[in-house]
Amino acid sequence: MLEQFFQFLVTGVTVGSLYALVGLGFALIYNASDVVNFAQGEFVMLGAMTAIALLGAGLPLPLAAIAATLAAILVGLLLERFAIEPAQGASVVTTIIITIGAAIFLRGVALLLWGKDFHALPSFSGDAPIHLGGATVLPQSLWVLGVTVLLVGLVRAFFNHTLLGKALLACSFNRAAAQLVGINVRVMLRLAYGLSAGLGAIAGILIAPITFSSYEAGVMLGLKGFSAAIVGGIGNPMGAVAGGVLLGLLEALGAGLISSGYKDAIAFLFVLMVLFFEPAGLFGRKVAERV
Amino acid sequence: MRLAGFYTFAAVVALLPMLFPTNYFVTVVGASAGLHVILAVGLNLLMGYAGQISLGHAAFFGMGAYASAILTTRFGWPSLLALAAGLLVAGAIAWLLARPILRLRGHYLAMATLGFGIIVHVVMVQATRWTGGPDGLAGVPPLNLLGWAVEGDLQWYGVIMAAMLLAVWLSLNLVDSQFGRALRAVHGSEFAAQMMGIDIGRAKTQVFVVSALFAAFAGSLFAHQQAFVSPDSFNLIVSVELVTMVVLGGMASTFGAACGAIALTLLHQGLVVFEDYEMVIHGALLMAVMIFLPQGLFVGLSQGARRLWATVPRKP
Repeated sequence: MLEQFFQFLVTGVTVGSLYALVGLGFALIYNASDVVNFAQGEFVMLGAMTAIALLGAGLPLPLAAIAATLAAILVGLLLERFAIEPAQGASVVTTIIITIGAAIFLRGVALLLWGKDFHALPSFSGDAPIHLGGATVLPQSLWVLGVTVLLVGLVRAFFNHTLLGKALLACSFNRAAAQLVGINVRVMLRLAYGLSAGLGAIAGILIAPITFSSYEAGVMLGLKGFSAAIVGGIGNPMGAVAGGVLLGLLEALGAGLISSGYKDAIAFLFVLMVLFFEPAGLFGRKVAERV
Repeated sequence: MRLAGFYTFAAVVALLPMLFPTNYFVTVVGASAGLHVILAVGLNLLMGYAGQISLGHAAFFGMGAYASAILTTRFGWPSLLALAAGLLVAGAIAWLLARPILRLRGHYLAMATLGFGIIVHVVMVQATRWTGGPDGLAGVPPLNLLGWAVEGDLQWYGVIMAAMLLAVWLSLNLVDSQFGRALRAVHGSEFAAQMMGIDIGRAKTQVFVVSALFAAFAGSLFAHQQAFVSPDSFNLIVSVELVTMVVLGGMASTFGAACGAIALTLLHQGLVVFEDYEMVIHGALLMAVMIFLPQGLFVGLSQGARRLWATVPRKP
C-alpha cells in the first residue's frame, strides 16, 4: 500500500512538474500583458512535435531539442507581434478569443505539417526503470524533475537578480510607471512571450518520450497549466509552480485511488473549489479592485 | 415598430423553405443554424448584456440533450415531458452554481466555467451505464408534439425555426424589460448598479439560469433531431464555438448573436471542402475578426453603415 502510494507520488510530481512549467509560462505572460494566453498548450505541442520532426530529419537529440525550443520562441514572438500587439487595450473576452484563435491556428498548422498520427521521442537516457524503495522510476521522470527544478531556479534568479528580470517585474506591477522610468515596455512584452513559449516547448520536449505527442496534445496540458496558475494565484510565478505540482499530485492520487477515467474531473473540481473558497488562489496576494 | 427587425427576420425564415423546399443549405444547414441561434442568443444574454463570460455553456446544451435521450429511450417518457425534465435539471444546476461562480470575474470566471464544462463532459464519457459512454446513445425517438411526430428535414426546419423565433422574441423582450436594464447596469458597473438598488447576485443568477434554459431547450431538440447523442457534441470545443458565435456577431445585440451563429454554421459548411486546411482558416479568421472588428461582424458593420449613411448629403 505504501509502495503504491509512493508510486502515485512519483507520477504526480512528474506530471505536476510539467503543469508547473506551463503554469509558469501563463503567469509570465499574464504579468507582462494582463492576457491569459490560451495558446500556451500549443507551445508545448510545437516544442515536442518540432523536436520529433528534426530528430527524424537526422539531427542529434540535443541539437533537435535546442532548435525546437528556438522555433517555439520564434512562434511566441510572432504571436505577440501579430496577434496581441494590434489588439492592445481590447477587453478580456476579446483577448481570450484572439488567443483561442491562435491556438486553433497553430493546431491547424501542426495538423498540416505532421498529420493526425501520434509521435514519440526516444527517452534521453534509456528506458531501464530505476527501483527506488519499492517504486519504479523512469529515467525520463528524473530528467523532467531535474530540468524543471533547474528552470524554475533560473526564472527565480532572473527576476530577483538581473536588471532585465526586475524591469519585467516592474511592467507587471504598473506598466505606465515602468514606461516612465525608461523601461521599454514593448520589448518586455516580447521577452515575456518568448520566455513563456520557450518554457512551454521545453516542457513538451521533456514529456514527449513518456506520453505520445500529436497535434492535439497541447489542449489539455495548456488547460492544466492555466489551472495551475489559477490555483497558485494568477500572476504569481512561484505560486503557479506550486499549484502545478499540487495539481499533478492530486490527479495521480485521484487516478490511482478513485478512478483514472475521472482524473480530469477531479483536477477541475479541485480548481473550482479553490475558486469558490479562495478565489485569489492558494498562494496569491490579495488585491483590492478599483471600481 | 420596436420588433420590426424581428418581423423581417421571421418573414425571411418562413419564406426560405417556400422558395427552396429541397435545398440542403436551407433545410439541413438552416435547421442546424437555428439551433445555434437559440444557443447563441441565450449565451448573449449572459455574455453580451450581463458581461459574464462562460466557457462551459455546452454543458447545459448537453444536459438538455442527454435528459431527453435517456428519459425517452430508457424510461419511455413522452418527449415533451423529457424536455421539461431537461429544462428543470439544467435550470436547477445553473441556479445552484450561479452564486458561487458568478462572484468571480474575468479570467477566474473563464476558468471556473471552463472547468465546469470539462467536469460535465467527463461525466458524460464515464457514466457509461446511463449515458452510453463515448459511443453515445442511439435510437432517440422522434419528437412527439401531442400526437404529431416530427419527421423529415422540412418538418424539422419548421419546428426548429419556430423554437428559434420564440427564443429571439423572448430575448428581445427580456432585454427591454426591467430585468434587461438591470443586467446592463451590472455590466456597466456592479458598484453603481448596487447603488441604484439592483440586487446584483439575483440579477446574475436569473440571467445564468435563463441562458442555461435556452441551451437545454436547444439540446432537447438536437437530441430528437439527430436521434443520437454523444459526448463529442458537448465538449470544450463546442463551448468555445458558442462564445465565438456571440462575439463574432457582436455582443449585446440579439440579432448580432443570431448573425454570428448563422455565419459560423455557414463557415463550417463552407470550410468542409478545404478539409485539412479548415482549422488554419478557422483560427486565422477568428483572430482577424477580433483584431480588426472587436465589436463583432454585425454590430461593427451596421455601425459602419450608419456612419456612412450619416455622411450622405441630404436636401434641407
